Amino acid sequence: MNFKKILIIFSLYIFSLNNVHSLEPDIFVQSTVNRASQILSENISKEEKINKLKVIAKETVDIKGVGFYSLGTARKTLTDNQKKKYSKLFESYFLKSFSSRLAEYTNPEIEVNGKKVLNNNYTIVNSLLVGTNERPEVKIDWRIYTKNPDNPLIRDLIIEGLSLARTQKEEFASILNSNENDINALFETLEKFSKN
Amino acid sequence: MFRKFILVTLTVFMFSLNANAGSDGNLILKKNQPAEVKDCFENLNRATFAFNQALDGILFKPVASIYRVLPSQVKAGVSNSLDNLSNLVTIPNNILQGEIKKAGVNSGRFVINTTVGILGFVDVAKHLGFPEYEKEDYGQSLAAMGVGPGCYLVLPVLGPSTVRDTTASIANFIGGDAWYNVTVVNDTQHFSDFDYYASRVTSGIDFRAKNYNAIENLEKNSIDFYASVKSLYLQDRQQKILNTNKVIETQDDSDWEEIETQ
Repeated sequence: MNFKKILIIFSLYIFSLNNVHSLEPDIFVQSTVNRASQILSENISKEEKINKLKVIAKETVDIKGVGFYSLGTARKTLTDNQKKKYSKLFESYFLKSFSSRLAEYTNPEIEVNGKKVLNNNYTIVNSLLVGTNERPEVKIDWRIYTKNPDNPLIRDLIIEGLSLARTQKEEFASILNSNENDINALFETLEKFSKN
Repeated sequence: MFRKFILVTLTVFMFSLNANAGSDGNLILKKNQPAEVKDCFENLNRATFAFNQALDGILFKPVASIYRVLPSQVKAGVSNSLDNLSNLVTIPNNILQGEIKKAGVNSGRFVINTTVGILGFVDVAKHLGFPEYEKEDYGQSLAAMGVGPGCYLVLPVLGPSTVRDTTASIANFIGGDAWYNVTVVNDTQHFSDFDYYASRVTSGIDFRAKNYNAIENLEKNSIDFYASVKSLYLQDRQQKILNTNKVIETQDDSDWEEIETQ
């Protein structure tokens, strides 16, 4: 067996391996939603629910990417140490904010009903939060980062066309603007939120 | 007579703007990007926002919490009736935006729902297969004609707006809203001022009740609630102006792309 043949077989093996393991964004969203729904319908305390939701968020959301997106142009002026500090603070803030928001829902029923591939890096997955007597049905789109098809990650939730990442980015920009673009003011705010 | 003159002038002005501005979707998209809208009166806006929050706590929130427990059929009926009334502003704006077909569809919707649907309580048109209803207003018409939003504004009681949208809403009070005309302006035997103001207050309560949990949740989990509300309002306006909820059309991807290259 010559070298060329070995190379072809190896390439085919890698190709088949990729196909087996790559996870379709819509299936990824549905399975993530199912996991979260199961936790939310469990008969456990709110605190326990929040902790379990945090685990799911860590596995399925690109927290670092969302963090740098939220920072907007301010990320360009940060030193490496500031970036490290920010990533750490943002993760605590995000996990608390995300899981507290979700924990308010009891047994949410979400139906994934389509997807649109934007490019190699992004797919938008469309879903519907089924309405109840207390709330109308809500369209939720998920921006899925698919650069690594084996490990898709959530980068944004777009609720009835309103982007949570964009809202967060403008919230952070407002804090920076009110404090003469002092990044330490944002650090303090994030820290305070996480501790409360 | 003076009112009619202003109305005719405004309509001619809007049509002429429409003809000149063309329909450059990208330009309209750019002009209405939330990040592009300046908060020129931020201190005043924040003070008004705080006032509105206090008013919400005293009035709208408690009433909305009672309204929420009404049977869903009643709430849906009230919501349908309010939507039906809003057709009276939507239809002239469909025409101003050159969407004659939509104006026809919405006129049909209004006639059917007002009669068969018992004053709009039942959305019969929806059951008959009419397309999904999209509200339009004079602010959206000005935006579609290429007028930029101007500065962000927070109005007492009424909440978030922009200079363009606030200015455009004057059209409602000078003949552009048939519901206002038959209730407040004209002394008819069938309607009174009360009907108009009651419909506006109910509309506010209906909105608050529909978004009850979402607003509570947002307030609790925001580090700057004012900035969050501003962003959500401007994103929503941008989509309504473009008549789309397609994420791809309204989302600026440049920041995401930049993160890839970091």
